[in-house]
Amino acid sequence: MTAELLLTDAPNPLRETPLAALHRDSGARMVPFAGYVMPVQYAAGIVAEHLACRARAVLFDVSHMGQAWVEGAGAAEFLESCLTADLANLAPGRQRYALLTNAAGGIDDDLMVGRLSPTRFLLVVNAARKAADFARMAATLRGDVTFQPDENRGLLALQGPMAALALPEAAHLRFMDVAEIQIAGTACVVSRSGYTGEDGFEIGCTGDEATKLARTLLARELPTGGTVTLAGLGARDTLRLEAGLCLHGADIGPDIDPAMAGLGFAVGKRRRREGGFPGAAIINAALTAGAVRRRVGILPEGKAPVRAGAAVLDPDGRTIGAATSGSFGPTLGAPIAMAYVPVEFSSPGTGLSLDLRGRKVPAVVSALPFVPHRYAAQA
Amino acid sequence: MTETRFTAEHEWIRFEDGVATIGITAHAASQLGDIVFVELPEAGREVSAGEVCAVVESVKAASDIFAPLAGHVTETNAAAVADPAMIARAPMADGWLFRMRLADAGALAELMDEAAYAALVEAA
Repeated sequence: MTAELLLTDAPNPLRETPLAALHRDSGARMVPFAGYVMPVQYAAGIVAEHLACRARAVLFDVSHMGQAWVEGAGAAEFLESCLTADLANLAPGRQRYALLTNAAGGIDDDLMVGRLSPTRFLLVVNAARKAADFARMAATLRGDVTFQPDENRGLLALQGPMAALALPEAAHLRFMDVAEIQIAGTACVVSRSGYTGEDGFEIGCTGDEATKLARTLLARELPTGGTVTLAGLGARDTLRLEAGLCLHGADIGPDIDPAMAGLGFAVGKRRRREGGFPGAAIINAALTAGAVRRRVGILPEGKAPVRAGAAVLDPDGRTIGAATSGSFGPTLGAPIAMAYVPVEFSSPGTGLSLDLRGRKVPAVVSALPFVPHRYAAQA
Repeated sequence: MTETRFTAEHEWIRFEDGVATIGITAHAASQLGDIVFVELPEAGREVSAGEVCAVVESVKAASDIFAPLAGHVTETNAAAVADPAMIARAPMADGWLFRMRLADAGALAELMDEAAYAALVEAA
């Protein structure tokens, strides 16, 4: 048997998050990911952790993600010079999904921007992109704006239909609200958001307090009995794929524009008119014209998991694309994937096939998400 | 006579009454995690030693299974195909993968015994 771990990569030297000791005490299997050694799963396993998130509430350590503070009277204007979202009109106490684009119209990263006050923002970016993102943003700073990466900060994600019952301190937040909230004596920045398709929260605090905060949350009892349990990056990946959410570096990247990716919602209406972010002319033209290739869901026949890279074939057997993400979807009990295909093959129900290790497997295009989102009420 | 041997690829082979049963070891199963799919060789297939003849897939990983020795595949475990989680639950019992008639039963002696395999896992 030769196991090829498809989730991992291994740049050196590997870093740890503030919760590394808690993971090891909790039976985690640690793997290299985006320059960190991270828990891919605990003893329960990916499927059980995934299903616990869909049914109850689980806690992920996502402290490897990058966090940075942007402050100053011109902070919104500065952020709009890099990002696609309408941030001038983002109310304090609200968070928005945004894209860091490049001059060619591609997506260098996707991120969350929370506005804590008229002049103070918190960014949460992908771990694998944070060094590049922060270097680029710091280099284009202007005016009185300060940009401060917070390298030692912890970030926890509490996700699942019982998340608000486990975190009454933040139960008043609406979907995509963000606020500074004390949890058991720890000053936290809490947003009602996540990467699983479920209701939940992302909770930032100092690295020094992250383990204490995690232990507090893991002790919280759920109405079904038992407490919040840990889930690893393996379950995080299968949950986000079922939720149809993109993974940067797999489903989106520097050569994919927002129109292809179906992420036009991340480009604010005013930004489409006014531009002012890298690649704006290209992106806004693509959003107006419509993409010739589109990101779609793929449901293969049978049980064989599809992995990223598997070729997608049209009914005549011609290669028309490749899977960008693929896994077994535990909620569906079936393999699922995402891929880019020409727009004429992108309607749900279109019959295609996949090349799985030389074997042709029938598949159909599926609407995304595969599993309906169950977020808290919007504003 | 029953004889169980192991490979460095973390397969086991149990030789009993002229038939060899092949599966993955408990160590391999625990490394793979949740097993969600298995593809086994057709009965009747001739395989050579070291040839890829099956695939076991977990949520995150696809693992090739090699024929430990040369021979003729006689039977596959349909129950494990229907319920791949069985392989992780009982990798060395109900979770066996396939059976074969060995081309040369004497070649078994070239594979690791239980003590040697335990030492290999320990060293990993």
